[in-house]
Amino acid sequence: MKTLNDIAPGGRVRIRRHRSDGAVRQRLLDLGLMPNVVVTVVRSAPLNDPIELKLDASNVSLRRQEARTIEISPVEADPAESGHG
Amino acid sequence: MAEQRSDQQKGQSQVLVALAGQQNAGKSTLFNVLTGARQHVANYPGVTVDKKYGLYTDDALRVQTVDLPGTYSLTSFSLEERVAREFLLGERPDVTVNVVDASNLRRSLHLTLQLLELELPLVLALNMMDVAAAQGIRVDKEQIARRVGLPVVATVGRKGEGREALRAAIRAEAERPAPSLNQAPSRQAEAARAAVDYGPLEPALEQLTTAIAAEPRLNDLPRRWLALQLLQGDTAAVQMLVGRLGDDDARPLREQAGQLIQAFEREQSIEVSDHVVARRDQAVERLLDGAVEGASDGRPSITDRIDRFVLNRWVAPFFLVATVFAIYQVSIVWGYEITNYTWPLLAKFRELVAGLLPTANFLVDPYVRSLGLWLVDSANTLLNYVPIFLILFASIAIIEDSGYMARIAFILDKILHRFGLHGQSTLPLILGGVFAGGCAVPGVMATKGIPDTRARMATIFTVPFMNCLAKVPLYTLLLGIFFVEHKSLMMFYISTMTIIFALLVAKLLTKTVLRGQETSPFVMELPHYHLPTVSGVLRRSFERTWQYIKKVGTVVLAVAVVVFALLHLPGLSAERKAAYEAQAQEAVERFEAGLEGNAYRDIALGANLVPLVNYFTDYKRAKLNASGAEASARVAERFEARNPDFYPLVKPPKGDRDARAAWRELRKLSQARQVLRSEMRNERITTSILGTIGRAMEPVTQFAGFDWKINVALLSSFAARESSVATLGVLFQQDDDQNATLEERMGAEARAGGATALLAVSMILFFALYPPCLATTIMVKVQTNSYKWMVFSIVFPTILGLAVASAVFTIGTAVGATGIEAMSAVYWGAAALLLIVGLLSDRSANRQMRERLAET
Repeated sequence: MKTLNDIAPGGRVRIRRHRSDGAVRQRLLDLGLMPNVVVTVVRSAPLNDPIELKLDASNVSLRRQEARTIEISPVEADPAESGHG
Repeated sequence: MAEQRSDQQKGQSQVLVALAGQQNAGKSTLFNVLTGARQHVANYPGVTVDKKYGLYTDDALRVQTVDLPGTYSLTSFSLEERVAREFLLGERPDVTVNVVDASNLRRSLHLTLQLLELELPLVLALNMMDVAAAQGIRVDKEQIARRVGLPVVATVGRKGEGREALRAAIRAEAERPAPSLNQAPSRQAEAARAAVDYGPLEPALEQLTTAIAAEPRLNDLPRRWLALQLLQGDTAAVQMLVGRLGDDDARPLREQAGQLIQAFEREQSIEVSDHVVARRDQAVERLLDGAVEGASDGRPSITDRIDRFVLNRWVAPFFLVATVFAIYQVSIVWGYEITNYTWPLLAKFRELVAGLLPTANFLVDPYVRSLGLWLVDSANTLLNYVPIFLILFASIAIIEDSGYMARIAFILDKILHRFGLHGQSTLPLILGGVFAGGCAVPGVMATKGIPDTRARMATIFTVPFMNCLAKVPLYTLLLGIFFVEHKSLMMFYISTMTIIFALLVAKLLTKTVLRGQETSPFVMELPHYHLPTVSGVLRRSFERTWQYIKKVGTVVLAVAVVVFALLHLPGLSAERKAAYEAQAQEAVERFEAGLEGNAYRDIALGANLVPLVNYFTDYKRAKLNASGAEASARVAERFEARNPDFYPLVKPPKGDRDARAAWRELRKLSQARQVLRSEMRNERITTSILGTIGRAMEPVTQFAGFDWKINVALLSSFAARESSVATLGVLFQQDDDQNATLEERMGAEARAGGATALLAVSMILFFALYPPCLATTIMVKVQTNSYKWMVFSIVFPTILGLAVASAVFTIGTAVGATGIEAMSAVYWGAAALLLIVGLLSDRSANRQMRERLAET
C-alpha cells in the first residue's frame, strides 16, 4: 500500500486512511489531513525530512515517520472531483 | 462569581469573555486590539500556552477578557486543548469569541462546531479578512451568520479593524439572557444540536444523552457534548465522569458507552472518532457552500513564491545561516556598541548611589556602603545587557511574526530530531546564544512552544550550554591571558563547541533520564508570511526585556546579598583587625610626619584626613573614567567645586612646592591604604564561608587544576555568570596601582602559581558545561514544574563539567599537551563523536520504523 512518504514533490494524491492512532491521528485530522482530502506534496526539507504538504488553504509539514502512516490513493482524473474532496 | 453579582447590584456589570481559536488565526493580535493589553503575539504555532487576561470597559460594562491557548480542536490529546476546554467548561464565560482565519474557513469551522457543542454563547470573529481578500476569497458574512445562527463580525486584527463592531457584538451577546445549562431548552442547546448531524451515530448519542440527563451530578456539563466525548473514548471526559460520580456510579454509563461504541463500529465499520470528524467536515462544507467563493484558484500565492526561494534545497541553508548571522550582528555586535554609550549612564548611577551611602572609612567601610555598592554593581552588570536584549528580542519577534521561524524548524528538524530535540528547539537555542551572546533565561522560557514533551525537556537542559552573554567575559579574559596568538581559533572553538556539546548531551539525556517522557509528532502548520507590524514587534521586545529584568533582576539581587554574606562572614578576628589598625596608624603617622611644616598641614590632618583620602581616590577614579581632554576638564571643575581646599592637594598648582610635597605624601598614604585594604579583603575571603567551601572542594577540583580561588569564582558565578569575572577581579586584587588590567594581574599571579594554558582550557570547558545560573534554574523550575528537575539541572552539568575538565587537565598534564593542543583534541573528538552518534541514530530510527510498520 502506497503511503504519503512514497510521493515525490509535485505529486497530488488523495488521503485514504490513517494507520496512526491517538494524538498523532487527531493532530493530522485537525490540520485538515482527513480521509478523502486531496493534498499536494510541495517539497521535502533540505535534508529530505520533514516534508511539506499543500492543502486547500494551508501548508503543513510533517516528518516522514508520520507520512509513512498515511495511506493514499491516486487522484481521479475528473478535476471537478479534486477541488477539496 | 459572587463578586460579579455584587458589581451588578451597584449598577456596574462585569462579564467574562474568552477568546478561542486555532493557531495562526491572529487570536492574540485580536486580543491586543480588543483590550489594548500588553501580551505575546506571534504566528509561530503554539506560542500562547498561558492564559492571558485583559480588561476593557465598554460603556458601563467591565469586560474581563481571557486569551485561551490556540488549539486546532478541543480533544484532550494536547495540554493546550485540555487547558482551553477545562476553562470553557469550568468558567462558562458569558461570551466566547471564536476567532477564525477567514482565508481558511474550512479548517477553522471545525473548532467552531466543537465550541457550539459546548453550548456556550458564541460570537464568530472572521479575522484576517484582508488576507482572504488578497487571495481572491469572497466571504458572505451574512449568509454564514444565518447558517450557524451566530453573530458574525469581520475583523482585521493586524490593522485594528473591526474592534468597535466586535465589542458591540460582545455587549449584545452579554446582555441577552443566557439560561443556565441544562435547565430549560435553550438557544445554545438548540444550536448545538443543529450544528452537526451525526447520522447513524445519532441514536447512540440520543440514548447516552438521556442516560446522562438522569444523573443530576452531571448537570454542570453539556449533556450531548459529554455523550459525544464518551462515545469517542475521550480520556479526560471519562475522568470527569469518574470524578463527579465515583468509580461505582460511573460504571453503568461507561459500560453503556462501550456497548454503543462496539455496536456502532460493528455496523458501520468505521471508528466513532473518524465518523465524527467526517460528519463535521460535511457540516462545514454545507455551511460554506455558496457563502465562500474563489478559494484555491491554483495560482501560487506570495507565500508559495517566497518559499520556493527560501526553502529551496540549496538556498535554504545559506538563507538560514545569513538570518542567524544577521541577528547576531545586529543584536550582539551592534548592541554591544550601544552599551558603550549606556555604560557611562550606569557608572553615573553608581557614583550617585556611592554619594548617598555613608562615606568610606580609612580601613573598614560600613557594611551598608559595601553591600549597597555590591548590589549596584550586580544590577549594573545585568542592566548593561538591556540594549542587546531589546534588539535581540525585536529581531526574534520579527522572525516569529513573519512566519520564518516555522520554516527554520522545518529546515533543521532532521538534525535536531536525530539528537532528541525538535525543529522548534531552534528558537530557544538561538535565544540561549548558539554562537555567542544570548541568555538562557528567555531561552528556557521559549521552550514552552515545543509540543513534544521529551524534546522540550531535552531542550530545557541543553539551552544553558549555549554561550550566554555572561560567559563571554570569562572567555575573553582567559583568551587574553593564555591564548594571545591563537585567539581567533579558540574563539571559533568556543563559539561552535556549544552546539556540539548540546546535541551530544541532548542525545544522552533522551536515551537515559528522559526515556520515559511523552513524545508527540512533528505535524506543524507553515503559516502564511506576514509583514510584522512595528507596534507588535516593539511591544514584544519591551515585554520580554522587562520579563528578563524582573525575573532575573530580583533573583540576582537576592543571591547577590547571599554571596555578599558568604564572602564577608565570619570576618576577621579581633586581633587580626587590630594588627591591620596598627599598620594603618603607622601609615597615618608617616603621613603626619611628612607634612611637618607644610602649609597645607591643617587642611590635611585631623578630622579632614579620611575625607581627603576618599576625595583623592574619587578624583583618581573619575580621571580614569573620563575620556578626552574635555571630560577631564569637567572632572577637574567638578572636584574643584566640591572641595576647593582639597583640590590643590590632588592637583598641585604649578610652582606650589608645599602642595606638591603634600600630594606626594597623600599618594603614598593612599597606596598604603589600598595595600592594607586588599590584604584585609584577601584574608577575609580566604577565611570566609565561601573561601572555606572553595578550599574544601580543592581535593576534588585539583584534577581539573582548579585552586580554591577559581572554585570561589565558579561558585559565585552560580548567582550570575557575570560575577565570575568580578570575583576573580576581587581575588586577584592588585597591590598598588589601579591601572593594571585584570588580565595582567591574573596573568602574572596565575603564571607565578604555575597556571598554564591547559588550566585555562580546563576552566573554559568547565564553564561551557557548568550548571545554569540561578535565574535559569528558577526558570527550569517554572517550565518543568518540578523541583526534582531543577535540582537535576544543577547537579548533572556540575558532574559532567567537572568530569570533562578533570579528564582534559589530568590527561593533558600527563602527556604534556599545550592548551591549544588539548582544546583541538577535545573539539575534534567531540565533533567526531557527534558524527558517529548522528549516523547511528539514523540507522536505528529506520530499523525501528520498519519494525513498527511490519507489525501493522
